[in-house]
Parts: sequence; C-alpha cells; structure tokens
Amino acid sequence: MLVLPILVPLTAAAVLMLAPKRAAPQRWISLAGSVLLLASAVLVFLRVNEAGVQVLQISRWPAPFGITLVADLLAAVLVVAVGVVGTAISVVAFSGVDPRREAFGYHSLLQILLMGVGGAFLTGDFFNLYVWFEVMLVASFVLMALNRTRAQMDAAFKYVTINLIASSIFLTALGLLYGATGTLNMAELARVWPTISTSGVDTVLAVLFLIAFSIKAGLFPLFFWLPASYHTPPAAIGAAFAGLLTKVGVYALIRVFTLLFHSASPALFALLLAMSAATMVIGLVASLNERDFRRVLSFNLVGHIGYITASLSLFTPAALAAAIFYVLHHIVVITNLYLVSGVLLRLRRTTDMAGLGGMYRDQPLFSALAMVPIFSLAGVPPLSGFLGKLAILEGAFAAKAYWTGGLVLMVGLLTLLSMGRTWAASFWGPGAEARDLAAPGTPYLVAIAALSLVTMAMTIGAGPLFELTSRAAQQLLQRDEYVRAVLEGTR
Amino acid sequence: MEALLALASGVLYAAGIYLMLRRRLAQLIIGLGLLSNGTNLLIVTAGGLTRARPPVVPEGAATLVQPYADPVPQALVLTAIVIGFGLTAFSLVLAHRVHTTAGTDDIDDVGRER
Repeated sequence: MLVLPILVPLTAAAVLMLAPKRAAPQRWISLAGSVLLLASAVLVFLRVNEAGVQVLQISRWPAPFGITLVADLLAAVLVVAVGVVGTAISVVAFSGVDPRREAFGYHSLLQILLMGVGGAFLTGDFFNLYVWFEVMLVASFVLMALNRTRAQMDAAFKYVTINLIASSIFLTALGLLYGATGTLNMAELARVWPTISTSGVDTVLAVLFLIAFSIKAGLFPLFFWLPASYHTPPAAIGAAFAGLLTKVGVYALIRVFTLLFHSASPALFALLLAMSAATMVIGLVASLNERDFRRVLSFNLVGHIGYITASLSLFTPAALAAAIFYVLHHIVVITNLYLVSGVLLRLRRTTDMAGLGGMYRDQPLFSALAMVPIFSLAGVPPLSGFLGKLAILEGAFAAKAYWTGGLVLMVGLLTLLSMGRTWAASFWGPGAEARDLAAPGTPYLVAIAALSLVTMAMTIGAGPLFELTSRAAQQLLQRDEYVRAVLEGTR
Repeated sequence: MEALLALASGVLYAAGIYLMLRRRLAQLIIGLGLLSNGTNLLIVTAGGLTRARPPVVPEGAATLVQPYADPVPQALVLTAIVIGFGLTAFSLVLAHRVHTTAGTDDIDDVGRER
C-alpha cells in the first residue's frame, strides 16, 4: 500500500505519454491521476494514524540492505499535501495550458514531479532520497525550460545550475557517510550515528547535509536562486514548485536533524537558527521592495521557510509540532497564492502591481476567494497563518528563546505589511486604466476556492490538526518507533 | 592508492568549481561534469578500495572471506554516473536553447533584454 503514492503518478505519467496528445484526454487523465494520488495518500495516512509507522521492504529484502519505504506521521501527512496540491494543479490545467507545453508532455511531467516529491517523503534510505531528488528535479527542469523568452531561459539555467551543485554536495555527503558508517539506510544510520560522533566526521557530514538541503529549501545565504527563477514559469507550474519543492528540502532537514543530529553540538543548531533568522528578515524585507506580485510571493516563500527551520532549530516537541503545522499551512497557502497570480496574469497579462488594482471592484468573487490565502499568509487572526505563527511563538517562548520569539513577531509584522501592501495595490487600489482582458476562468476559481476551503478547514480544525502534528513531532523525537519499525520490518 | 584517488577527486572538485565560476555556458557545463565525476570518484574511494577481490563466495566456503570489494559503493556510483550523464545531456540541450534564444553564451548577458 505504501508504494501507491509513487505507483499512481508513475502509471498516470506512462498513460499520459501514450495517450493522444490532445488537450481533453491529457487533462482528464492527469486529473484522474492526481485524485487517485490524493486518495492513496489519504489511505496511507489513515493507516499510519491508526497503526503507527508503516514500512515496506521492496521485494522483502531485509532492512539495511534493500530499498525501504517508510511512512511515519510526518511523511504521511506531507504526501496528503502532495495529493492536494497535485489535484489543484490538475484542475487549473482545464482553463488552458500553453498548447506547445501540453504537446511536449506537460501533464506527464507534472505527474513525474508529484511522484518524485512523494518518493522523497516516503523513502527510508538516503541514497534513494538522492534519486528521488533527481527525479523531481529533472521533471522540474523540463517544466521550467519549456520556455521562450530570454528572462525565462536565464531563470531556468540558474535554477538548473544551483540544483545540480546542491545535488553534488548531497552526493558527496552520501559518499563520505557510506565510507564512515557502511550504510545509507536512515533507521540503521540513526542507530550507528553515535559511533562516529567521536571522529569529527559527523560535523563535516552535518555541514554538508545542511548546505545541500538549505539550497533546496531556500535558506540564507543560499536562497538567491529562488526569487530569480520562480516568477518566470507559468503560474500553475510556479504553484507546484513553490508549494512542494522547497518543502522537500525542509522535510529533509527535519529528517536528518531529528534522526541523526539530535545530539550534535549546539553550534549546529545555532547555525541553523542564524541562517533561519537571516532568511526570515532578508526575505520579508526584500519582499517589501518588490513591485511584482509574483516576486513578492517568491520572497514571502523564502522568508516563511525561515519560520519553519527556526522552529526546527529550537528542537522542542512544541516547536517541532508548530513547524510541521506551519509546513502544512504554507504548502496550501503559497500554492493558492501562485494560482491567484495566475488569475491576475489571465486578467491583466501582468503581475506588476502597476498594472493591477481595482480587482475588488471588477472581480468581487475572485477577490473574496483570494482574500483567504493572502490574509492567511499575512497572519491575520483567526486564519491558519496566525495560528501557525502563534504556535511557533509559543514554542520559542516555552524554549526560552526570547530573541527568536521577538524576531518571529517582528517578521510577522513585516509579513503583514508585505501582504497588506500587495492586497491594497492589487485589489483595493484605484486600479490602472487597464480593463480585464479575459474572464478569470472557472477551473482557476474552483481550485482557488478548494484550497481556500482547505485553509479554512485547517483554521477551524486547528485543534485536531495540532494534536496530529504534536504526535508527529513526538514520533520524530522519540525515533525508537521509526527505527524499530524499519529494522524489524514486519512486512 | 587512496591518497592518489583522494587527490584526483580534490583536483576534479577544484577544477569543476573554477570552471563554474566562469561566464561561458560551455565552461559551466564542463565544470558541472567535472564536479559530478569528482563526487563519483570520492564515493568509490570513501567506500574502500580492495583490489582484485570480487565479492564472490569462494568454492568450498559458506560465506565471503575478508577482504573483499564492497559492491554497494559500486552500485551507488553506477547510479550516480547514469544520473550525472542524463543531467549533463539535459544541460547541454538547455545551453543550446539558451544560445539560440539569447544569441549569447555569456551567462550575465542571457537575462538582459537588448
């Protein structure tokens, strides 16, 4: 069952490559694939929620030798998020994709991207994590590079280069890790890691992992590729990237910190905290300097990754639970906001705020829907962004990290400023002379409404959701259940 | 032998990073290739070098006899070589597209509209 969230998009991608290259069959198959992915992810989640960590040893090779798939609560809930984002992106495709892109396999690439992300969340082996990273990256490279303008080519090349460098660093770490321990299985490593902690190799490895995953996640000082590239591809692709790709880096950081570096020197945690703090401040300050809706989003995306990793660096159960809650909130909200930018592009052919404005007057329904993600990201009570920030703040104060808490508050204010300014300029403002050139498109509105509903549900159901993320955090910090489940592999 | 390979791997890293700091697209891609090959060499070296001892159970014995070459790093490096090859091929095609779109192979000029 654990293999389903990987198998479903793989099958969908294969079918899409064989299916006629006309719009209708491609879109319907893609939607079916995404919905099935969501369904299988929910199944996996329910199973994990009920029966604890689930393990699948491919071909029954016992744990440290074969390929292991593991789903703990964190992985399962993130795979569900992949299904949600995938479904939203597939729905949006119905309002039109660049015909050239569609003929070049847009939909199958999207499915491969979803498979790569799902695989990265579910794998129990670091080398497989590397392979899933590459699967996901190659799909994203092609989606990004199916472009025409110079700005887009420039962005694509930067994106490809920095990601290849990150992969090389990750692979270097894996080579050294295997040399030091003789295994790359995550659970086995969690067991043998303390034996190499005296040799100093662990510090080198920790820093290599930190650099590689920080590039993927977009942490200071390694995030500059992100705002330079994410605003150029079509909105739906940008939404998938923003929602999922950086989160895989964050997930990898959470995984290595909880599984391996839990008793590393405090300097490593201090380094992560410093990087997160700089990411938050620089990301949000830079977003205030932008006049383009999508670039504002890119910098907000970067800044909020800092929230998550700052909370991770505190390493208390409450802070980790808050970080996981924030990851989930952020995936839904940032995907939604990139879709909103897609509607703006359709309406006005630009996302520059100079060409926007007057949206509230011209498109009241769309504006009402867009209000939810914008103000949720801004952290306006009672929406999920506010609850997530509050939880991170409580986690910081409970861990006696008053400076971190203060910083979170200040950056929260900057976010409010940034998103409030964006709302005022794009929606409330008097508006340019430009009139809307097209209708927003029902599929877009449906996807945005659905994601807004998910945000509302996360707001209303915040109690049970926090209870869930607290259990996920407990599971991460205890480690025993994970290690035992993998190494004693019941199935 | 370890020292020699470690040195070779280090030289490949250095050359790769040097080339990536250049502004020409072709040099950037060669740099990426060198970097990934340096990594591959490092994986093999870090995994331990054992000459002419394949991991095969000898006749009459029930288990492997030490020392034998660890097959796992070789499997890892094979995967990494294939992935690296695919990515290099992709970046070559991308560089070609960049060149035809932008008409320049200077990375700093690509994003600049004339």
